[in-house]
Amino acid sequence: MFRQLTKVCAVVVLSFSATWAAADTIKVGVLHSLSGTMAISETTLKDTILMMIEEQNTAGGLLGKKLEAVVVDPASNWPLFAEKARELIEKEKVDVVFGCWTSVSRKSVLPVFEELNGLLFYPVQYEGEESSKNVFYTGAAPNQQAIPAVDYLMNEVGAERWVLAGTDYVYPRTTNKILKAYLKAKGVTDKDIMINYTPFGHADWQSIVADIKKFGSAGKKTAVVSTINGDANVPFYKELGNQGVSAEDIPVIAFSVGEEELSGIDAGPLVGHLAAWNYFMSVDAEVNDDFIDSWLEFIDDEDRVTNDPMEAHYIGFKMWVEAVKKAGTTDSSQVQDAIIGVAVPNLSGGLATMMPNHHITKPVLIGEIQDDGQFDTVWQTPGTVPGDAWSDFLPGSMDITADWQAPLSCGNYNVKSGACSGQNYE
Amino acid sequence: MINLKTLVVLAVVTIPSPSIAAFGDDFESVVNALNTRSFDDKLEAASRLATMDHERVDVVLQALIDGKLYKKKGDDTVVVVVSLEGGGHQLTDAASGEDLGKVGRRGAKKISVNNKLRRQLKGLFASRQLNVDDPQARIAAVQAIINAGDVSLREILLERREVESVEDVQDAIDVAMVVFDLDSKDQATKLAAIQASADNLDSNVRMKLTAVVSDQSLDQELRDAAASSLANIEGLVERYRWIETLFFGLSLGSILVLAAIGLSITFGVMGVINMAHGELIMLGAYTTYVVQTLFPDALEYSLLIAIPAAFIVSGLVGIAIERGVIRFLYGRPLETLLATFGVSLILQQAVRSIFSPLNRAVATPEWMSGSLEIVQGLSITYNRLYIFFFALLVFATLLTILQRTRLGLEVRAVTQNRAMAQAMGIRNTRVDILTFGLGAGIAGVAGVALSQLTNVGPNLGQGYIVDSFMVVVFGGVGNLWGTLVAGLSLGVVNKVLEPAAGAVVAKILVLVFIILFIQKRPRGLFPQKGRAVES
Repeated sequence: MFRQLTKVCAVVVLSFSATWAAADTIKVGVLHSLSGTMAISETTLKDTILMMIEEQNTAGGLLGKKLEAVVVDPASNWPLFAEKARELIEKEKVDVVFGCWTSVSRKSVLPVFEELNGLLFYPVQYEGEESSKNVFYTGAAPNQQAIPAVDYLMNEVGAERWVLAGTDYVYPRTTNKILKAYLKAKGVTDKDIMINYTPFGHADWQSIVADIKKFGSAGKKTAVVSTINGDANVPFYKELGNQGVSAEDIPVIAFSVGEEELSGIDAGPLVGHLAAWNYFMSVDAEVNDDFIDSWLEFIDDEDRVTNDPMEAHYIGFKMWVEAVKKAGTTDSSQVQDAIIGVAVPNLSGGLATMMPNHHITKPVLIGEIQDDGQFDTVWQTPGTVPGDAWSDFLPGSMDITADWQAPLSCGNYNVKSGACSGQNYE
Repeated sequence: MINLKTLVVLAVVTIPSPSIAAFGDDFESVVNALNTRSFDDKLEAASRLATMDHERVDVVLQALIDGKLYKKKGDDTVVVVVSLEGGGHQLTDAASGEDLGKVGRRGAKKISVNNKLRRQLKGLFASRQLNVDDPQARIAAVQAIINAGDVSLREILLERREVESVEDVQDAIDVAMVVFDLDSKDQATKLAAIQASADNLDSNVRMKLTAVVSDQSLDQELRDAAASSLANIEGLVERYRWIETLFFGLSLGSILVLAAIGLSITFGVMGVINMAHGELIMLGAYTTYVVQTLFPDALEYSLLIAIPAAFIVSGLVGIAIERGVIRFLYGRPLETLLATFGVSLILQQAVRSIFSPLNRAVATPEWMSGSLEIVQGLSITYNRLYIFFFALLVFATLLTILQRTRLGLEVRAVTQNRAMAQAMGIRNTRVDILTFGLGAGIAGVAGVALSQLTNVGPNLGQGYIVDSFMVVVFGGVGNLWGTLVAGLSLGVVNKVLEPAAGAVVAKILVLVFIILFIQKRPRGLFPQKGRAVES
């Protein structure tokens, strides 16, 4: 009897709080680590979303309601990401979630979002091979970062020998698998490709740099494609500098080094090395200057920088707002339908469009590192490149396509067999 | 030998193309021509600039190389900027040198340079540096011209060769000539250059020789000669390679020794498992950062100031840990382990709160950057060389303290038999404090060295704690010599394995090896002897 009563009470309270919330505000979940190893990168993204929400509220809110941020801390702990995601959707009843950084955290929350039909905007470049009905990938797919970077080195720098150096985990391994297949398709032989993996936080690069030097002096222009993660980059570049390998001899192009990472180190030894992103803080566009100004004002620190994942959140947020306006509701299914085809300005002066595969169109920029920790754009794609969820260079995923529009409505449709293999295609 | 035919060919190549007239001949319009999107056009303007006789040519070229050349928004004047603290730029007109005042961050836009252009610009700039007084600078200029690979600069080098009086510079120019001749169209010149390159380890030469070997359209004689020169070079490189690996190993080993030697005192001598040892190293690294921030002008001496400072900071924190936590837990290793692990987390979080979770930038003084070229093709980086000798110095100092001083005597007495030492009138508490302080202080000093090699961040210490314990256990608990031998040999073994097995597997193999070794000899390489140990 007593138990029955509590249950009823709970239901009443829950439904009451839900209706109250729905009537008053639209809730936006923020699922970024604020402690632990990923806090360095993810805290910035939390602040970005808070700034966007504040701006949207100043501009009159959305559908006549105010936006309200619900911030949780998954503490760089992958299983905790799933728990916090469930908490956000079930308990807090948020209408949309912006979050995750590492691929493993995204894989951890994916089943939760699919089960509860939530919306997740994921802002970081990743290895592809995924397309979920409930996730919108506003970071770069491999064909929007890795492949154009290799093209640049091949065509503009004239690289013929390749070192693929990475930290030993899923993103570098998948990316290097794609790149190797791509290079071989371009006629590069096995002996001109060197692949090297190092543990997280590797600090002693002497032998590896000596190997790269040796590999690079074999008569062909050599370039290093680096998927080395975070911290390990600094000793790596320092060792390159000390052993006399300059960017002019053997350029290193990095996929994980951005303005934020460079702001904590002495960028002197890195000058001239490259990075491939879809946005640089130094991009020359009015909209970017405005964004930087409002960011510096919001965070109240003149020394802070902006970076690529921040732009991805900027785009993702604007897209979600547009989709909600278009649908006239925050209901997940209707927003999922409405958002496809929505186009919003990106920060480099162009437009970003949501594709049916839940990836967006992005320009690809190649920048050289400057001694102030900024990038100088030296090359960019003439237009934008649509993100490709399933790589065209891997045997397993060549024939797979993703299209969340009716009648296909499938994230992994095999065009040869005509079968949709369901959400958990590996 | 100068070949006439080559000269003629080159002369034809270097005749300026007519399009140069497009931007006029006066200095100012050439400078303004640098403001273009196309890197080719920039190079053309810069090449023209390099031949001009104007007092500001060097300033403008240097600014372009350094990325300090901007265009002012609005009127597109080309300016040299100095970035001001807190955003914004101080502008100077590039052509006239006139002060144009300050603008905000958005007031000027950089004239960008890519790697290819930068290399060529360095060559152009170097061509203007051939006549400076310092012979070393002239040699550097010649090297920059070789790297730029710009044939149009060949003649300038030749001119300099005629008047050059210093032998080393003459040799450098001769080598440069040979490198240029490798691209010669003339068979005989090319062959002579290929043969003359057989002992040149410059990577540009190797590139060119490999290109000759694989070029099917060339004469067989040339390709054979190139192949034999290349084989000779490879032989030389291979000979240096094992020396290089040995040095890499010793360098890695010296870092392990530095990190472990403080632990060897606290763990080995006092029997305290101090999990916060890594954080004491981290505090030393942060002390370096603080010293550099406090004395920004004394960068070159910052490390010398940081070494005693770090010793004191870490030493005091160490003493505080000993007095505050460990002394209540003597003889209870498990509880010490847990308590000091807690202390390590507290220290990490404290650093996060004080300095932010982001890594801090510790600059490397000039004298620690770059590498020492022992012979061509074999060079050793300065930072690692210094750290190697520094580790030996720290080791020697510590050994002297333990063997030759009163404190050392007391420490050894307490190690061998606590109760008996006390009975002989040695104050155990004082010895404990000083020993722990010494071990912690040495950890701080190791942090100063590590700040030059790796990231200075809250997690710095975690990366070294396991390695430190590994070295101490392997070397034999309580034995400094053991720590030295264990650290250096583990470093060398790691580096010998690494090229074949990869970094991850090499590390695993070393760990497996140590586990097996400990099974055979539980007391490590140099076990302590005596009754106290047996009990």
